[in-house]
Amino acid sequence: MTALDDIDRALVNALQDDLPLDHRPFAPLAEKLGLTEEALLDRVRALRASGVLTRFGPFFDAAAMGGAFCLCAMEVPADRFDEVNDTVNAHPEVAHNYERSHKLNMWFVLACETPEGIAKIAARIEDETGLKVLQFPKLQEFYIGFRVAA
Amino acid sequence: MSIDATDRAIIEALQSGLPLVPAPYAEVAEKLGLEESDLTTRLAAMKESGVIRRIAAAPNHYKLGMTANGMTVWDVDDAVLNEVGPKIGALPFVTHSYERPRALPDWPYNLFAMVHGSSREEVEEKRQQIVELLGDALRGSDTLYSTRILKKTGLRLRKKGD
Repeated sequence: MTALDDIDRALVNALQDDLPLDHRPFAPLAEKLGLTEEALLDRVRALRASGVLTRFGPFFDAAAMGGAFCLCAMEVPADRFDEVNDTVNAHPEVAHNYERSHKLNMWFVLACETPEGIAKIAARIEDETGLKVLQFPKLQEFYIGFRVAA
Repeated sequence: MSIDATDRAIIEALQSGLPLVPAPYAEVAEKLGLEESDLTTRLAAMKESGVIRRIAAAPNHYKLGMTANGMTVWDVDDAVLNEVGPKIGALPFVTHSYERPRALPDWPYNLFAMVHGSSREEVEEKRQQIVELLGDALRGSDTLYSTRILKKTGLRLRKKGD
């Protein structure tokens, strides 16, 4: 855990709010925290460098730009895990993949240009592995908070 | 929303983030050969349409001590899902919450909520708050902890027509 002072904490919290589209968008926050814009940006750079902030910028919603996404899960036998993992990850459409503590132990997201693409890749993975690929597309989103209190 | 070539250039320029300078939009606009007002008008339109959710910091949960993340999954009565879903999404420790289809008989759960905490105990404690919130609508639940990242790639934007 990284040591943060109170101003850093206030910054991490405030920077999770939407930045205005103004010419000097950091000025109101700098004033509120009693910092110059440069001092504020120095702190943001330090938070980026230490990895407390992974990124600062627009959050794009890929689905809104077109494209299809689907969370998928597989029940992979323990003795086949590495082999199946290699097969699944070899597909460029597999955006990320996590091992999870459940009978359904492999969870990955497929990102394709079209919904048909999702079905095609899922079917291909089933053919290649002989295992079932369960598909859990997002039906509805209940507000994405994202925020984490520093 | 349809994205034109200029929007694509903007998205590509901002994919790694906004420059950390006092006038970041002016700097990006200059690099792209746009007026600052053209850039901010386009960014405003992308926000309006949902292509951009917001312009903000992405904190690293681990660095902030949030080392446990549990994918909590819930079998909730469909009749009340739309009523309770937004309440769960609004909980401060829930970072994503979605309705997804059940896959019976393997998977009875229709609501997913990602819960972050400093330990599994804390995730469990927060999970209890969801249990209470769901009340009679709750028919079953589980928590899946990620035990290993097997692959993680950023969003790659494909160029239309390429």
